[in-house]
Amino acid sequence: MLNLTLKVWRQKSATSEGVLETHDAKNIPLEASFLEMLDIVNERILNDGGEPIYFDHDCREGICGMCSLTINGIPHSKERGITACQLHMRKFKDGETIWIEPFRAKAFPLLRDLIVDRSAFDRIIASGGFIDVRTGAAQDANALPVAKTRSDAAMDAAACIGCGACVAACKNASAMLFVSAKAAHLNLLPQGAPEKDKRVLGMVRQMDAEGFGNCTNLYECEAVCPKEISVDNIARLNRDYATALAKEAAF
Amino acid sequence: MSLDSKIPDGPIEQKWTKHKMDSKLINPSNKRKFKILIVGTGLAGGSAAATLAEMGYQVECFCYQDSPRRAHSIAAQGGINAAKNYQNDGDSVHRLFYDTVKGGDFRAREANVYRLAEVSTNIIDQCTAQGVPFAREYGGLLANRSFGGAQVSRTFYARGQTGQQLLIGCYQALEKEISKGGVTLHPRTEMMDVVKVDGHAKGIVVRNLVTGKISSHAGDAVILATGGYSNVFFLSTNAMGCNVSAAMRANKQGAFFANPCYTQIHPTCIPVSGDYQSKLTLMSESLRNDGRIWAPKSKEDAAAIREGKKAAIDIAEEDRDYFLERKYPAFGNLAPRDVSSRAAKEACDDGRGVASTGLGVYLDFKDAIARLGEDVIRARYGNLFQMYEKIMGDNPYKTPMMIYPAVHYTMGGLWVDYNLQTTIPGLHCLGEANFSEHGANRLGASALMQGLADGYFVIPTTIGVYLATQNPGSVTTDAPEFKAIETDVKERINTLININGNRTVDSYHRELGLLVWDNCGMARSKESLELALKRIPEIREDFWKNVRIPGESDCLNGELEKAARVADFIEFAEIMCYDALQREESCGGHFRTEYQFTEDSQEVKEGRTQPGEALRRDDEFAYVAAWEFNGVGVPPTLHKEDLTFNDCKLAIRSYA
Amino acid sequence: MSSPICSICRFWHSSIGKKIVVALTGAFLVLFLAGHLTGNMLIFQSSHDFNEYAHFLHTMAHGWGIWVFRILLLGSLVLHVLATIQLTIANRKARPVRYQKEATMVAPKSSRIMIVSGLTILSFVVFHILHYTVRVDGDLRLLADFGQNWAMTVAGFQNLLVVIFYVIAMALLCSHLSHGVAAIFQTLGIRTKKSSQSIKAFSKAFSTVIFVGFIAIPISIYFGFGREEMEATVKLVEEAHKAGLSSLPVVEKSH
Repeated sequence: MLNLTLKVWRQKSATSEGVLETHDAKNIPLEASFLEMLDIVNERILNDGGEPIYFDHDCREGICGMCSLTINGIPHSKERGITACQLHMRKFKDGETIWIEPFRAKAFPLLRDLIVDRSAFDRIIASGGFIDVRTGAAQDANALPVAKTRSDAAMDAAACIGCGACVAACKNASAMLFVSAKAAHLNLLPQGAPEKDKRVLGMVRQMDAEGFGNCTNLYECEAVCPKEISVDNIARLNRDYATALAKEAAF
Repeated sequence: MSLDSKIPDGPIEQKWTKHKMDSKLINPSNKRKFKILIVGTGLAGGSAAATLAEMGYQVECFCYQDSPRRAHSIAAQGGINAAKNYQNDGDSVHRLFYDTVKGGDFRAREANVYRLAEVSTNIIDQCTAQGVPFAREYGGLLANRSFGGAQVSRTFYARGQTGQQLLIGCYQALEKEISKGGVTLHPRTEMMDVVKVDGHAKGIVVRNLVTGKISSHAGDAVILATGGYSNVFFLSTNAMGCNVSAAMRANKQGAFFANPCYTQIHPTCIPVSGDYQSKLTLMSESLRNDGRIWAPKSKEDAAAIREGKKAAIDIAEEDRDYFLERKYPAFGNLAPRDVSSRAAKEACDDGRGVASTGLGVYLDFKDAIARLGEDVIRARYGNLFQMYEKIMGDNPYKTPMMIYPAVHYTMGGLWVDYNLQTTIPGLHCLGEANFSEHGANRLGASALMQGLADGYFVIPTTIGVYLATQNPGSVTTDAPEFKAIETDVKERINTLININGNRTVDSYHRELGLLVWDNCGMARSKESLELALKRIPEIREDFWKNVRIPGESDCLNGELEKAARVADFIEFAEIMCYDALQREESCGGHFRTEYQFTEDSQEVKEGRTQPGEALRRDDEFAYVAAWEFNGVGVPPTLHKEDLTFNDCKLAIRSYA
Repeated sequence: MSSPICSICRFWHSSIGKKIVVALTGAFLVLFLAGHLTGNMLIFQSSHDFNEYAHFLHTMAHGWGIWVFRILLLGSLVLHVLATIQLTIANRKARPVRYQKEATMVAPKSSRIMIVSGLTILSFVVFHILHYTVRVDGDLRLLADFGQNWAMTVAGFQNLLVVIFYVIAMALLCSHLSHGVAAIFQTLGIRTKKSSQSIKAFSKAFSTVIFVGFIAIPISIYFGFGREEMEATVKLVEEAHKAGLSSLPVVEKSH
């Protein structure tokens, strides 16, 4: 059993003042997950007549990308390759103080406590992050072979769960890892090739319009990414963007 | 009211083609005048929204998550079936159809299943064209694997995240239509009720989960694609937010709920470790290929393990009970999901469970590692072992894993006809939320197939059947019915928030979950179900007297959201138990302890099945049970849709 | 919509475009540093060679060469500084509420203080130009006017404060380059997982060479290198200046 001190960001709404509140987390089983630890704390807050600490979560198995906690200054905690919901309390020591803050970025406005609005990501996808194929119009799936290495690289990029940890970890709140992974997934496949330039220009422009910062190649994003998406995708996007823009200017 | 399934005439192979031909088409210039409301953005809802918008309809889409991409379809790991026969191993539409009907223990509608198998091939084409990165072979063609005991390799997969990749494909198609203006999306919005005008579903009332605002939306048809109800058990492999509310609201408005007792239990989940547990995690069933399942023979050993005085390795070989191998020597550790699950439950009920809660058995790789070496095991299951270690903090290469069954899919759902329309005209239901294709048991890799079949290929055609009879835009939110429902919804929320009792929402959900798990879970009996039916109304009454929801209703209030869902789960649990009680047979995901083969059964003596296997009673129960809601606390009315099997021969399920 | 001018504007206004400007100008400045260091190393060879080198720079392409080069250099520097300042302002705006508890996983300090190291280097560059190019110090100017760039350089480093400032600035330059050089490859899209280790090593090695090379000059001079010869040259120049000459009389080298 652990006894911990939590420093949790509490904020009633987007417009109200936020504060770092201190809560005791007593008798936390080592087997509990981090979110279950918060459940326990919340149950006690509720029983004491208070309002629980609100945080986003859904699948609790590391795939939906909903949970979005910055734990001791690091999105999803310092453990590599996991989301906050996959973090277990045995990673903490008795008596420890844990800072829990929301994912911070201008493009992720806060809604309540630890919940932020990440719809900017959806708008980036709507700006080109798709292959425009009408339902029912597709040819046979095996008509277009794809080299395994290429398909695997696309899959590596496609593993992104859109949680936004990359933005939250970046000193500049840049969304380049997300955008580049999403673009790479489709750009690497022959099915996505016809719209490549349009996609890259559209997504990057929307990313800029949303108010994300600029990548300064610190690679914190890669380190916190629960799916360990590679920053190679960013290099690829830089290149593809320059090419697409040059083509746009020339033709 | 008689149930008309509207199955087209003709041979099964031609029904769908004929139906498409006979259905009225909507003129392209008229399509944009129709508005369709879609609740849920998983594989079924998302694909339907994207496709209907492509066709020219105006679509409004609602989901409780912050983005359509987070719907729980995302968590499916294994794969998606399709009768492509790329492996040339004898697969065909007919074989997929037959396997699905048989796997569903002959409790599904043949025509629907055939159509599912028929469009399955188009799904793979569509998803590949969208950029879904399915696994490939070195030659560049798509790879397949055999899944869930199928004798052909027809499962397409994308690493362990087939669900997420398919969902991203359909989410991207949805975002494309949003950018083109065909779809309006309402994320963080929960449907609170269906609005009927002149008996037809013409709109919904929703609550904005951020501002708490209640608003009405009118449309020419409503589609529910809101997933299953596994969370009635509180602990399941479903996401925390999955709920039965939309289906339950529809049921209260007159849509019949079909076969709610069919719930699928998955044998290889990570056991519960304490009462703080919030959800269960599924591990791939493939682990059973090399792992041996056992529990200690003696209760004393089990107790010592639970208390931490002994470890698994301290139990000598002769003191271990490899109960699956003992009971089912032919199939051993690969016995079907329901059989394996029940066997584990029996061992634990017998006091021989090993997890700290007493609910867990061992899945041991010791022999496999000795036989094949650790490297081979690592290559086969490395990521699963890693996942297990992350959650449990134990190294499965050294100590056996602990597993216990958990609920992870529900076959029942709103009753729909061949056009996927419920008993409320205009209200359609897709995916896990409806009951149609899986019968009493779903085969592995069939859930993704059904969701996408419904959304991409079925509803785009069949919704026209209804819309062709409607005058577009005839109903607006000015209709008095909307105001009435809005008032109802607001009153309900006010009631909830003003109860100000002394128990948390979760405490009720846990209590309900445990009750239905114990009495309407892996095994049910008349006695247990009657007990549950006595206890549920007590929980319901206490809930409405004593629940406490802090804060206000006009802002983000997660406790309020949960409370509204739990209230619906409580009412739903009653219907589920009524259904389980009336179905006096065992089939698929419904096991009545009174109805199982014994040593004395003729079929067992003839070697056609084994003792302990589900005893189906086709003469009396080959029907769909559709329940009509009669009011809170009033038993629902049962309506039967008889099932006929012309293309599949009724057979006993056997794994000998 | 897509006229070339428009495209340049869009390029500049997009985050990737601006970063590419930073990378390209950075690459040019990095190459310049390499050349500058190589030339400066002539200090240790002989005063004659160093003065010849300086003379060559000032007279190549009929004296136009150095100006073309200076304009390119200035242009790069202005673009580099302007773009990074704009990017930094945008980056600060992208996170209006900071974390109460800040932590880092992998990014080294050098990569997180680029704007600080960069602006310090900029102030150093201004000082350096005033010191050795514009030569606000009359004595140094006189030496240069007499073509005695070697003696001018040595004379310039007799002041401890100047030497300390140089060393600090070079340390920051080293820090700036250790991240900056590797970042050029990433921004221009020519870094991959496979090449990342070599790029990182190159970046570290390059910045170390620049650091060691550039501080070697002020430090060795401060500790006495060339002082005698410099003082003799100063005396000669002063005498020649008093005599109203505009260059040193040609002296036969004694053997």
